[in-house]
Amino acid sequence: MSRSFIAKTLRDFTEVLERTLVSEDSAHGQGLLQSLDPRVKLLGLMALVVATSLSRKIVVLGVLFGLGIVLAVASRLSLISLAKSVWLVAFGFTFMIAAPAVLLVPGRVLYKLPLGSLAITAQGLHSALLLIVRVETATTLSALLVLTTPWMQLLKALRALGAPVELVALLAMTHRYIMLLMETANAMFESRQSRMVGRLNGREQRRLMVNTGSVLLSKTMNMGDQVFQAMQSRGFRGEVKLLTDFRLRTQDYVAIPGFAAAFVAVILAGK
Amino acid sequence: MHIPDGYLSPLTCATMYAASAPWWWAALRRTRRKLPGRRGPQLALFAAFSFVIMMFNLPLPGGTTGHAVGMGIAAIVLGPWASLLAISFALTIQALFFGDGGITTLGANCFNMAIVGSFAAWGIYSLLSHGAAPESRRRVVAAALAGYGAINLSALLAAVEFGIQPMLFHDASGAPLYAPYPLRIAIPAMMLGHLTIAGIAEAVMCAGLFNYLRRNEPALLNIPSPPVIAPRATSGMWVTLAVALLLTPLGILAGGAAWGEWAAKDFSTVASRAQIASVSGATQLPASAPAGLARLSTLWTAPMPDYAPHRVIKSAAFGYLLSAMFGVGLILSATWIAQRLWLFANQRRTE
Repeated sequence: MSRSFIAKTLRDFTEVLERTLVSEDSAHGQGLLQSLDPRVKLLGLMALVVATSLSRKIVVLGVLFGLGIVLAVASRLSLISLAKSVWLVAFGFTFMIAAPAVLLVPGRVLYKLPLGSLAITAQGLHSALLLIVRVETATTLSALLVLTTPWMQLLKALRALGAPVELVALLAMTHRYIMLLMETANAMFESRQSRMVGRLNGREQRRLMVNTGSVLLSKTMNMGDQVFQAMQSRGFRGEVKLLTDFRLRTQDYVAIPGFAAAFVAVILAGK
Repeated sequence: MHIPDGYLSPLTCATMYAASAPWWWAALRRTRRKLPGRRGPQLALFAAFSFVIMMFNLPLPGGTTGHAVGMGIAAIVLGPWASLLAISFALTIQALFFGDGGITTLGANCFNMAIVGSFAAWGIYSLLSHGAAPESRRRVVAAALAGYGAINLSALLAAVEFGIQPMLFHDASGAPLYAPYPLRIAIPAMMLGHLTIAGIAEAVMCAGLFNYLRRNEPALLNIPSPPVIAPRATSGMWVTLAVALLLTPLGILAGGAAWGEWAAKDFSTVASRAQIASVSGATQLPASAPAGLARLSTLWTAPMPDYAPHRVIKSAAFGYLLSAMFGVGLILSATWIAQRLWLFANQRRTE
């Protein structure tokens, strides 16, 4: 146990770095969604996420989930890795929350459990299923956006759609330094783990984590100064300029009515 | 506490975006003039730090591990406005890039953790560390409580957002359309984990980071000398207080009792029953006051019931005014006594 908390943290770092590499790799692939203008993709997929929230019918949400799978296949995304990193994670989390609703939501009794006064109700079952299907669908659509759009293009699309320039610039910097700080923290934990002999008690474990966090914070703040000096030395005078050279192409003109039709259909059918 | 897509209704999501928007706008406006300087990279790096610290598995008593959010230390180091932005950036990247927390629920997540969390942490820390010397241990305790209070307040808000869903959004058969549990289940379920595991993780991390900065990078904490309040600085407050006191009889204009503040006797008269039913969606009222309400309502009798002792004061407006003056007087006296006790304790310690 004494080292498991370090191993767990290192595993979390590795998972995030791995996901970042995988999504960067798939975002540069040659698929349907990758070929679309990031603005069209951002607005289209976000509209479908909103439609998912508005829809009240399991069947409609199921069809939308199916559309998500079709888009994933057309974008040459691996369904196995999508299942591992998105569907199973979302299902595991939502199932834990939704499952008790089957018994706790009052309504028409479908099956009375032999022990106690608990019963499975129609309303509870419907509510739990609706939640699971909705979360799976929304998560899939959000994942499609990330897995088919390089982060910098996503930010540029946000800027092109009216997000303040400072916001976009700071988000870009934050993303860049998340990776750097994660690598730094990873190296700190690895070196600590390699020097550790024997077992640490709870207090020592907490001290180790807090000390590592503190040194990381100190490095972060010092890095802030260095980054500012580097920006100044490269001519930064307080103005942020981003290149937004997007141009709509034929496939975008097809995708816009496609997304719009799907959005309207889900809203109308899901009422 | 990162609410994913699908748990909240679109109306709740839109409301939470609308509630967050003015704060983001004000925070950007306040920080914009500082962004061209060191503040920009510092803000981005702190957002990145907050993201990374959320992945630290902190071992806790009992063999479990917990995660801190970093809102406490961000609010103390950057101040609430910049902290609000830094945590919002971290949450945005988590939602957009890593699918942790939803996109439709980003407004709610930012409101709970970035806005309320930052201001709560900053408020608690400022209140508890007020006047303390930079090296005082009270500052470390204040930082721990700031982190603990902030994360629990954020969790409570998330629980309320979950808990109102089945009440407001259900189909004709009564099946909830979004998060399925009412407040009576959502609040205990959410708070149990936060009052114990997540709250302690945030408190330990916040206090530890603060202590490290206090010893090694004190300039970052920008701890001010004990403030001296000039007499005229509080004159505006006294004028506002006086105007507010004079306006208290406005409360008479509102007819009936406030929703949920009914007395047991309100269930016995036709007029008050009609008023309760009309503001409660024509819900069928019980024939008499609920037994628990009737029993507990006699436990304590206020010295000035309904803002005026009826046997002494005949004018409702004067009763309101008198109650307001009495209430303000009580609060000022209690504050003055607490301040005296505090100063006395500090004096004893320095001697």
